[in-house]
Amino acid sequence: MSLINLHELATQVPNGAKLVVAKDESGVAMAATRELVRRGVRDLHLVTVPVSGLQADVLIGAGCVATLESSGITLSEFGTGPAFTRAVKAGAIKLRDGTCPAIYAGLQAAQKGIPFMPLRGIIGSDLLRHRDDWPVIENPFGADGGGGQMVDSTAGKAADKTVGEAARDAVDKIVAIAAIQPDVALFHAPLADRFGNVFIGRQRELMLLAHASKKTLVTVEQVVEGNLLDDDARSGATIPALYIEAIAHAPKGMWPLGYHDAYPIDVAWMRAYVQLARTAEGFESFLAQWLSQDKDLKPLVGADLRVSA
Amino acid sequence: MIRVVDSAAAGTSAVASAVTPAVATTVTPTELLIATIARLLAGVRHVAVGTSSPIPGAAALLTRAQSNGATRVSVLGSRRFNAFTNGGVELFDLAAQGRIDAFFLGGGQIDGAANINLVGTDAYPQGGVRWPGSFGSAYLYHLVPRVILFREEHTRRVFVPKVDFISAAGPQDDGVFRPGGPHAMLTGLCLFDFDKARRRFILQSVHPGHTVQEVRDETGFDFDAPNVVPVTPLPTAAILALMRGQIRSEIGETYPNFAAQWRA
Repeated sequence: MSLINLHELATQVPNGAKLVVAKDESGVAMAATRELVRRGVRDLHLVTVPVSGLQADVLIGAGCVATLESSGITLSEFGTGPAFTRAVKAGAIKLRDGTCPAIYAGLQAAQKGIPFMPLRGIIGSDLLRHRDDWPVIENPFGADGGGGQMVDSTAGKAADKTVGEAARDAVDKIVAIAAIQPDVALFHAPLADRFGNVFIGRQRELMLLAHASKKTLVTVEQVVEGNLLDDDARSGATIPALYIEAIAHAPKGMWPLGYHDAYPIDVAWMRAYVQLARTAEGFESFLAQWLSQDKDLKPLVGADLRVSA
Repeated sequence: MIRVVDSAAAGTSAVASAVTPAVATTVTPTELLIATIARLLAGVRHVAVGTSSPIPGAAALLTRAQSNGATRVSVLGSRRFNAFTNGGVELFDLAAQGRIDAFFLGGGQIDGAANINLVGTDAYPQGGVRWPGSFGSAYLYHLVPRVILFREEHTRRVFVPKVDFISAAGPQDDGVFRPGGPHAMLTGLCLFDFDKARRRFILQSVHPGHTVQEVRDETGFDFDAPNVVPVTPLPTAAILALMRGQIRSEIGETYPNFAAQWRA
């Protein structure tokens, strides 16, 4: 582990990498994402855990992504991801539409070093028809051995079963979710120490990203003295250095996204982004401004910002 | 009980007119939806609320308040009303174990067999309109006993004969492990039940100011309805006061804009 700058961090993501990133609430390395775009990374297989917003949208819009594996791309209150939508319509990216628990399950399989993780639900969804890595298998323990529900449901399953369903209970179909082993995990966290340990607090799924991935790159708000693992109040929520390839110190590293109590989302910036990114021309203007480190985004001449939020 | 007469049976479009005037003039559509969802949640031990869901979130918190805290509420995006410490996977693990009794799903399209589409219109993938994606729907729909389908826009572009893409499939006679599924569907016009055995929606009530004929006109699939369809009951003054005070404040922690726009 070494403490490096954002530019160096970005060089650690090779073209064509399977790159896994976190949802906004967990920690998005936006400053590092800008360096990735600046260095012109290409052909990424981007996996979002389980969803993404601005980060995926700018990577797609900038032409960095060949394949998108996600359960949802949305800018939440700011609307749909304009670059994502445009790329889908143009057929510019290969889509692997998923569902949230399947993305977690795929990472959990990789974490355990096993080829797949069985998962309930999904059968009957058209998602399955487009996923050759989600075969439907039979529960080897049979229908009576694999329910897994430890609490009785208020709406009992037996009472709702038809005769036809009961007759086929002998076979319990379940989906096998292929392991997702990313080449690189990239996310933002509150603290790191100089030994390479990273404190994630309550954002526990960042631990899963690190465990599942071949290497993990992290940006942090703050670098602290001492060893995080020596502090019992923090050690349980700390990713040990053994999983961490490199850390970059990036205060306000999630901007323009907000980071819990540290800073709010930059609403004016987001509104300007969705306005600009609506067209390919506007997106190019956004990209030029963003890469030149401008703090604000200026709309295209004659644009009306009021409609965007 | 105030009733709306089914226009098909009576040959006329009857509207709720005898609603208590003092209340009817002040209850907003949003408040009616919140109160109606809270009725559907009565008795649940644990209701979870997904992202971008202020109305279901407020309803879950109303249920919690009315149960004196017996109903546990997990609101994604909330700090105060979310006790999860194992990341995003925890909700899904809880659901698979039967520890979540109720959840909410919507859809860009919903059809008469309760299939929902969160992906997009026309042929996948390039098709027509593209929406964000399926989120956890394909999984939670199978596993949560009381899934409440909620979509305010009640039009034929939403309620279609058959969805273009099935993000999450409604109940089927396929032998698949499925303790969960649709419990009810609430729209800006009405409330439906869902009959899992017959795989059909049944009109339960029509909101004040709307008619059964309007529901038929705006719904692209066939559904069942009793000869006499009740009006969706308005919340009592006490429930309204609870909503506008405590609940508005509580949901404001997660959805400040929603709470600010909630003009009582």
